[in-house]
Amino acid sequence: MILETYPPDASSFLKQEKNQFANPVGNTILQEIEDIYEELLHGRDSEKLSDFLDRIIKIRAIQDFSPAQAVAFIFHLKNAVREELGGEIRNDQLFEELLEFEHRIDKLALIAFNTYMKCREKVYEIRVAEVKNRVFSLLKRADMIGEISEQELDIREENIDSVV
Amino acid sequence: MSEDLSNVPKPDELMRIDHKPPRKGWMDVPVDFKPGTYSYTAKAKNLKILGMPNPREWSPTDEDWKLPENWEEIVREGFKDRLDKYRSFQLFMDICVRCGACADKCHFFIGSGDPKNMPVLRAELMRSVYRKEFTTSGKIFGKLAGARELTVDVIKEWFYYFYQCTECRRCSVFCPYGIDTAEITMMGRELLHLLGCGINWAMEPVANCFRTGNHLGIQPHGFKDTLEFFADDIEDLTGIKINVPLNKKGAEILFVVPSGDYFGDPGTYTCMGYMMLFHELGLNYTWSTYASEGGNFGLFTSHEMIKRLNAKIYAEAKRLGVKWILGGECGHMWRVMHQYMDTMNGPADFLEVPTSPITGTRFENAKSTKMVHITEFTSDLMKHNKLRLDPGRNDNLIVTYHDSCNPARAMGLIEEPRYVIRNVCNHFHEMPENTIKEQTFCCGGGAGLGNDENMEMRLRGGFPRGNAVRYVQEKYGVNRLACVCAIDRATLVPVCDYWAPGVAVTGVHEMVANALLMKGEKERTTNLRGEPLPGKEEVEDE
Amino acid sequence: MGLWFSLFTVVILVLLVFMGVGVVGLNSLFGILIPYAALLIFLVGVVYRVGKWTKAPVPFRIPTTCGQQKSHPWIKANNFESPSNTFGVLVRMALEVLLFRSLFRNTRAELRADGPRVVYGGTKWLWLAGLAFHWSFLLILIRHLRFFTEPIPFFVNLVASMDGLFEIGVPTLYVTDIIILLAVTYLFLRRVVIPQIRYISLAADYFPLFLILGVALSGVLMRHFYKVDIYKVKELATGLFSFHPLVPEGIGLAFYIHLFLVSTLLAYFPFSKLMHMGGVFLSPTRNLANNNRMRRHVNPWNYPVKVHTYEEYEDEFREKMKAVGLPVEKE
Repeated sequence: MILETYPPDASSFLKQEKNQFANPVGNTILQEIEDIYEELLHGRDSEKLSDFLDRIIKIRAIQDFSPAQAVAFIFHLKNAVREELGGEIRNDQLFEELLEFEHRIDKLALIAFNTYMKCREKVYEIRVAEVKNRVFSLLKRADMIGEISEQELDIREENIDSVV
Repeated sequence: MSEDLSNVPKPDELMRIDHKPPRKGWMDVPVDFKPGTYSYTAKAKNLKILGMPNPREWSPTDEDWKLPENWEEIVREGFKDRLDKYRSFQLFMDICVRCGACADKCHFFIGSGDPKNMPVLRAELMRSVYRKEFTTSGKIFGKLAGARELTVDVIKEWFYYFYQCTECRRCSVFCPYGIDTAEITMMGRELLHLLGCGINWAMEPVANCFRTGNHLGIQPHGFKDTLEFFADDIEDLTGIKINVPLNKKGAEILFVVPSGDYFGDPGTYTCMGYMMLFHELGLNYTWSTYASEGGNFGLFTSHEMIKRLNAKIYAEAKRLGVKWILGGECGHMWRVMHQYMDTMNGPADFLEVPTSPITGTRFENAKSTKMVHITEFTSDLMKHNKLRLDPGRNDNLIVTYHDSCNPARAMGLIEEPRYVIRNVCNHFHEMPENTIKEQTFCCGGGAGLGNDENMEMRLRGGFPRGNAVRYVQEKYGVNRLACVCAIDRATLVPVCDYWAPGVAVTGVHEMVANALLMKGEKERTTNLRGEPLPGKEEVEDE
Repeated sequence: MGLWFSLFTVVILVLLVFMGVGVVGLNSLFGILIPYAALLIFLVGVVYRVGKWTKAPVPFRIPTTCGQQKSHPWIKANNFESPSNTFGVLVRMALEVLLFRSLFRNTRAELRADGPRVVYGGTKWLWLAGLAFHWSFLLILIRHLRFFTEPIPFFVNLVASMDGLFEIGVPTLYVTDIIILLAVTYLFLRRVVIPQIRYISLAADYFPLFLILGVALSGVLMRHFYKVDIYKVKELATGLFSFHPLVPEGIGLAFYIHLFLVSTLLAYFPFSKLMHMGGVFLSPTRNLANNNRMRRHVNPWNYPVKVHTYEEYEDEFREKMKAVGLPVEKE
């Protein structure tokens, strides 16, 4: 389902190619979504979940998705459960369990949003770091940065003292 | 309650929102320039100094690209001219059977999923116009024969996708006819340049390199300062004073590096590595301020520009009267040196067949071009036990090696760097087989795309590489990614930072210098980066 | 659109024969004139196209290296993937042309820990189907020589008897017939089923597939079901090739369909992607040696370009160079 949010040709490629290295996108998503599901069912801690989410969202954060699209897949888990287990839920009156499960999914969505923002911030951080690295080393070489050294600081303090 | 449940929309219904609109044929999908996925355009001043057509200020997001009035004619003429001049171009326009073997081989397609990033479709962007303009069936059957009109939208599409190809040649390894998308991208960019549509991150280095000798526009005195600055750092580290031979007539060897090596970290450590190695060998060599750039962004511009920029290498070797040329660690520079230089600016009959003054080895494989790759040179030294090395000094590094596209696929330089690495470090692990050697994945920022405005596209393209790095990071604890390419040393840093945080990028000769036991050196406590050497951590703390 | 158009065209072609031969009786048009014309177009067209390619210069030596270069004697060079001499190039080309080396590369079987199972299956099928298709086509072509030659050369009989080794049915069922039908069907199906391949496919991709499928089917049909008079077919064929063409009566419609589709294929060949047959030999990324630094490659149109000379450079920076003690040519 997540794979289907990719453009059609891409999604079928992602589904078909099983090799982790020839098709890292599909592989990562499949692997992680399995793990997320496991964790959700057992209602485990959010830290581990955010780890799994991290890998999927990292990919989606730099692809052509809007922020909403990038994390919307979390809600597809609800549909997956309703679709697959709808009959059972109705027959066995498992509505409370369903609500509890969906509550967990909602929490997951919030974590996903955080993760997405973290990835985007990382991208900008990388951009800035790259520019800074380029400019800074150049300026330093060109002796154009007046970094205040310890020595200078001492001298200045002395001067101040003498004025006082 | 059960009522509610049955009213919940079915998954497919929800899914429909997420689906892209019903797909049209690729010819009918226009380009959408989103920030983060394209590079800024070439500034007018850079085109002017090079005498290139249609210099102007413009942006890809503009409706009007201010193309020359007769732009169709220019493209048509330029297309025809290149068909007549390059068998490769003509053949690659004609013989593709669209088997799709290349489709999932492109790092940009894998990372982005955009179908036009499949190499076959990238080439079809051009073939469609070729059919319309130059083939009978295309003229008669039009779209049915895969032909389409040359329109401004096509030009925009070319600009978008030919600057989303890093000319890495991975697809050509898998193509049953050897169709090389790099060749097609180069032609596409040449045609775009006829209209004045280039990117600044390629054209500014070209303009600078033309005038000052290197991409960054570092002037001769600045170049001297920079190298002396490194010499000081080396002295701090080893206690050895290294002199920097510059523009020295009568030296035996002219040494040429990509400017990335003396400009940005971590390339600078590799540069210091060369200097330390040559000092230890007592090599009679020289740097040149005029030929202070081995890299050649002409390769990302046009064949003519390759030649214009490359000419200074042989010219300077001749002026200084050296015997042969040694080249540093760089990817695309080596494609130019290996496959173009001799043809374009040779024959270099004023030089001698390269012979290592230390081992006496004659480099027969470079007997015509007279230029040797630094890892060919160093591996020969190691084979003959001419270097005293302590690989233990690199024990804090768990290393993997990234084959840079051009050395791997345009040169076949595969084992030499590995031999060097194995001699200078104790922990070396290969990445999975279909991501190295001739199947290596690009860093995502080659061919002039390594600018920061294009970062998202670079991270997409760098994903397959990052994924493989992460794999060895998790499996073996790899923390250092070695490569022999200056562009890699700049672009793999963000790729690793995003996809495999904790892995740093290094040049091969940085590790060589760390392991190198130099005559008369003081006890080193750190490596070139200032990281404490293994076993010296406590000393550092005290 | 391309798919339906192609299918439609092939159906029309078959109907044309029904009309032309079956109804109107234009036997000599379909038996003599069209095959002659098609062959002429084929020969002239192929020579023209290949001639055009060979006339275009190869300005640079740009092999794609897929293995270790030849450098030090103690590093094992891979002379077939990164050939440094003519022998290596010949082997590389032979591997490429005869065994589809590059397509095979796709299929390097990769075992995964969880299974273990082989991945990259899809691409391996492409290699297999491609190879099966092309080799069957060649063998079928050789087998057909017995219609044009008297006495029949030994290798033609050899191929035919090998091909019918299983001796199923009368007349013997040829293995290559089965293989080519399966292979073409596979090549067609993958174009339809795999979305990314469907996305890139043009009418020019479907048409030759349908055409070849038509040729093979009509051939099998007339051998096993709608039998035609083989002796009369041979009479026609030898007549065509000795330039004394005559059309024997009563060969059977199936044969004319077969012949007409073959003629169409021949005439279509030079205008199509089928020219890859000739092109593969000329591809500069494959048929050149990776000996760039050993032997200079000459570009016939190498022209002088505007460069920035050292003199111009020094003129601009002389004072700065002198100031930091860099040697200069002119004081």
